[in-house]
Amino acid sequence: MRALTPRKLLLTCAALAGVLLLLVFFSLKFGTRSISLPDLASLLYHTALGQTDRVSSDFRLIVLEIRWPRILLAIIVGASLSVAGASFQALLRNPLADPYVLGVSSGAALGSILSLIWFAELPGATPFGAFAGAVAATAAVYFLGRRGGELDSYALLLGGIITASFLSALIMFLMTTISGRELRGMAFWLMGDLSTPSPVAPGWLFLVLVAGVGAIYTTAADLNLLLGGEQEAMHLGVDVVRVKLVVYLSASVLTGLAVSVSGAIGYVGLMVPHLVRLLFGSDYRLLIPATALGGAIAVVLADTLARTLFAPTELPVGAMTALVGAPVFIYLLRRRMA
Amino acid sequence: MNPGGQTAEQANSASPKGPARPRPPEPPRVSVELASYSYAPEGGASLFTLEATSFDVRPRELLAVLGRNGSGKSTLLRLLAGTLPPLSGRVQLEGFEVSRLDLRMRAQRIAMVQQETPLLFPVRVWDYVMQGRHPYSRGLRFETEEDGAVARQALVEAGADHLRTRWMHKLSGGEKQRAVLARALAQQPLLLLLDEPTLHLDIAAQVDLLRRLRRIANDRGYAVVVVTHELNLAAEFADRIVLLDRGKTLRVGKPVEVYEQELLQQVFGTLLHVEHTARGTPKVTFSGGETE
Repeated sequence: MRALTPRKLLLTCAALAGVLLLLVFFSLKFGTRSISLPDLASLLYHTALGQTDRVSSDFRLIVLEIRWPRILLAIIVGASLSVAGASFQALLRNPLADPYVLGVSSGAALGSILSLIWFAELPGATPFGAFAGAVAATAAVYFLGRRGGELDSYALLLGGIITASFLSALIMFLMTTISGRELRGMAFWLMGDLSTPSPVAPGWLFLVLVAGVGAIYTTAADLNLLLGGEQEAMHLGVDVVRVKLVVYLSASVLTGLAVSVSGAIGYVGLMVPHLVRLLFGSDYRLLIPATALGGAIAVVLADTLARTLFAPTELPVGAMTALVGAPVFIYLLRRRMA
Repeated sequence: MNPGGQTAEQANSASPKGPARPRPPEPPRVSVELASYSYAPEGGASLFTLEATSFDVRPRELLAVLGRNGSGKSTLLRLLAGTLPPLSGRVQLEGFEVSRLDLRMRAQRIAMVQQETPLLFPVRVWDYVMQGRHPYSRGLRFETEEDGAVARQALVEAGADHLRTRWMHKLSGGEKQRAVLARALAQQPLLLLLDEPTLHLDIAAQVDLLRRLRRIANDRGYAVVVVTHELNLAAEFADRIVLLDRGKTLRVGKPVEVYEQELLQQVFGTLLHVEHTARGTPKVTFSGGETE
């Protein structure tokens, strides 16, 4: 009988993790200055053994201090955004939901900018501001998307797009009226950018990622049923209110996490869950871990392309994802309307 | 109550409906005592009231709820399902107030087949039916061998075994209704509720569905409550009828007792003719006119 088994789950995740590792390896290799495979292998080998003195300091700087942290951020951002997207799709029962399309990313961006302006001296203010912004934007979109007590697909999308443009206008307003050193690089950051190192240690970011994805994963079996409607899920024993609250808060945390690190990278949360569904089916018990890994793969790939295609000039990674994502979104929308 | 949701009646299959039926009376499975409900905006006048109603449903019994649109059939069903707590009175399943049962416990005892089953992403019939095992699983909830066996049995009983590898959204109306029924059976409920299950089905599929429900009630000992507009199918297959009119329960009884020409004309607002067949089953024909 075809049903999800722990074995299938592990095999799928192992395969995706393998692809991710391979991609990370190549991403370390390519860049403005390409490093030969033997050099890279020896660098990684000696670093792993702690023999840093036997490694060229040039290579070490490029690979371990510039490329590796950036790849790490790409993994964290990709996984967060994709899982947030898959979660919003179930929560709002809308296959086109995505933190960026729904304006949740813009909410997080506005939240982090406001926290930079008001609480610049507090550590951790930016991620917390991003989380608060994401929570507020999700709530706003949720209420805009309701029609006659029911969530309406198109009212929801429209509500999201309007929220996003309104919040973007607020962000523009803030950026032009307030001039500060931190705000200068923001235009680039808002397009989605991984070149600025995060002020928070990657270890902490990773911890938040695992906690957010883990919390959503505890509801995976319930989300499968929620796709068929809240009433139906309730009749099958799902505590709908609890599940929605857990998923809503966790998906907002993940969006806040991603945006505070990298700005608003769009469409990852839309494309990755759809691709994963096409490949492995729509069971959330498999979809969530596979989407986390797939999202990491997608953003590492996009960022590697963004920094190598026109080297030494870099594209913002958000521009890369939007170039691919927007046409995919239109395609999905048209297929849905057909 | 036993946690498996399986009762003694379910274990030994019973004789089908027939003349041999005077059997020792079983205790009611569901008892509704003076239960009422009222939809009212905060502090405003009530929009709709289901007036206090009392009846019971026994194991193996197929009860049909009849009435016009807006007569309170769906409200009554939701009271039985426990998703609405009664404003007054009681709705009990084997002695437990249904609206106070824990969600999982309730889903192990009551299964509901709704009118519309929207699906967001494609799912195969097998996986859909497996969802019926959700109330019995824990943690990450990987289905067990036993779940598989129950789901297979449910597919067979619903007549959907040949559909198991098909996609839900590609089924015809009748096929889809069988898959939905199979998921409800996979819950192994004590009480099976169906909200207008014959809607959008052609005549053959309607008859097939009711015949299956009849058999499932007999074989499994389930109590089955069906909300329907099909007067003749209800007369043919139901043991008893609950007749609702504008929130009032007008009659509860065997089809012969409830199907009175004048009563039905008054409730349904149309001219109709009731005759009783040789087997004692009432038959309703419509003549197209209107009552005043």
